[in-house]
Amino acid sequence: MSDVSVMTRGDPQTGSGYALELRDISKKFGALEALAGINMLVRPGERRAVLGSNGAGKTTLFNCITGDFMPTTGAIRFFGEDITVFPAQERIRRGLRRTYQISLLFTGLTVLDNVYLACRGVSRGRFSFVRPRRGDALMQTAEELVATVNLSDAINTPVSELSYGQQRQLEIAMALSGAPRFILFDEPAAGLSPTERVELIKILTGLPSHVGYIIIEHDMDVALRVSEQVTMMHNGRIFKEGKPAEIEDDAEVQALYLGGNADE
Amino acid sequence: MAETSSPSVLRAETNSWFDRVPPAYWVLGVVLLVIPAFVSDFVMGEIMARAFIMGIIALSLMLLGGYGGMVSLAQMAFAGFAGYMIAVFGTSAITDISQGWPWWIVIPLALILTIILSTAVGWLAVRTEGIYTIMITLAIAAAFFYFTRQNYDIFNGFQGFNSVLPPQLFGVDWRGSYAFYYLTLFWAILGYAVVLYISRAPFGLALQGVRDNPRRMSALGYNVTAHRVAAYAFAGLIAGIGGILLTWQLSQISPGTVGIGAAIDVLVIAVVGGLRHPIGPFIGAFIFVVLETFAKDFLVTLGLSGDRFQLVIGLGFLIIVFFSPDGLLGLWDKFRAARNRDPLTGQDRGEREL
Repeated sequence: MSDVSVMTRGDPQTGSGYALELRDISKKFGALEALAGINMLVRPGERRAVLGSNGAGKTTLFNCITGDFMPTTGAIRFFGEDITVFPAQERIRRGLRRTYQISLLFTGLTVLDNVYLACRGVSRGRFSFVRPRRGDALMQTAEELVATVNLSDAINTPVSELSYGQQRQLEIAMALSGAPRFILFDEPAAGLSPTERVELIKILTGLPSHVGYIIIEHDMDVALRVSEQVTMMHNGRIFKEGKPAEIEDDAEVQALYLGGNADE
Repeated sequence: MAETSSPSVLRAETNSWFDRVPPAYWVLGVVLLVIPAFVSDFVMGEIMARAFIMGIIALSLMLLGGYGGMVSLAQMAFAGFAGYMIAVFGTSAITDISQGWPWWIVIPLALILTIILSTAVGWLAVRTEGIYTIMITLAIAAAFFYFTRQNYDIFNGFQGFNSVLPPQLFGVDWRGSYAFYYLTLFWAILGYAVVLYISRAPFGLALQGVRDNPRRMSALGYNVTAHRVAAYAFAGLIAGIGGILLTWQLSQISPGTVGIGAAIDVLVIAVVGGLRHPIGPFIGAFIFVVLETFAKDFLVTLGLSGDRFQLVIGLGFLIIVFFSPDGLLGLWDKFRAARNRDPLTGQDRGEREL
């Protein structure tokens, strides 16, 4: 953490000019090195895909960025601010959002309540004992977000009764709540039907241009269509970065993804 | 899913709370208001009022367990603590200890001290999950029981305090059977309504979010620990009100009131009634009190020894929990779902209630 001060590049006002800066991130679970020496710079509004086989460390990387785990070494900056040791809720309040690979929803509550909680989490009044009134601004925002992900028909349905695809859509609505500046999507297309995938691509490409994101996705079709930069990970390391077209044509990538002569 | 959408959206938009109270509640409300005219003092005081009081104490557990996912066995200890505080600072037959301060200082003071105690206990207990929360709160309940029994300077040891009576206010003897019935009814309804209201307010929704998924709540920007501790504080206030009423009803407070058995009774009441809705604890309390009162007579009627009345109580609860792990509320939901189902298609007919 101490050697973070070497950052000099970029706009001095925002610190560095990057939305997200990862410097030499590593994460060890006992003897297992899940991440090793990860460096990544993401500009504000940039859309990036992180690809890699199972166990490449993609989700671990997300967990370090969002504060679910602390990295073993390295520094994380979010819009110039060093957030390496911040608890998760502080990172959220600064505009960082994520979705989860396994749905982590509030199954006992309705769709609207889930989104409302997500909106409320980044605003004041979290301890309020007063029910939101009709036309409450936050409640309206929540309703709009539900509409954005095409769940208006199920707005008062308990989450435990939603289909898997609907739960994934709800995850996205929750990530969009409360003016996000940067979102981490963890396999949003996993388990979705082809139609739902098309909808997902529409939602992702339709996000406001100032909202950047990193998406972990196994479906190359989805990943390459919604990103402008691609980072390939393998065994806890980054081994290639580039534009979607370059990555798609890369022989090494193809070998890894098609299970050819990868060194596993 | 589609069939639930538009009517339920509209229902949420209904104007006044008045319109949203289901008719059954009006009927129940009227019955509870006029019932003293038709029943004996014994039924009013020993069954109805006692059911309301035990319901209030169990309501505090329902709030923690049902909305917060935290099962606390210390609720009876909080209730007993509030009862002890009104005895210590107010009036009782133990004039060496009781300070004799006026009620308008004593009651708020007792409740504030109870909130402080429950916040402190909550702060300890929220570090644990599941069975460990039960263990730590059971340990606290047991410690409180033994402490009150052995401490003579404040808690007057084994004997406790007797002649702890409600104040004479507005020329009403609040210990009188009618007045006490309405007093407990008032606090039961208020407690019920407040908990129900809060369940849909940001604090209550957040608490349910913490129950369903604490990790996600923290990732949404909530301070999970603070929400849990706040729930303990609020539950402490509810239990404290119940405890004061209980002390007035018995006109005494002693270690027996806060024993382990009593702590488990509160859990049994909440579980039998159902933890999902604040009406549950009151249903559970009513059944508990009825069983507690009549089990002995029932055995004697059958020609058995009345000493085994605990067995009848235990069997009654076993039967309820066996048929519905969700308590009586769960049974009611099953019944309603079955009635709602179309016998030909097996489909839901689409009538839903919250």
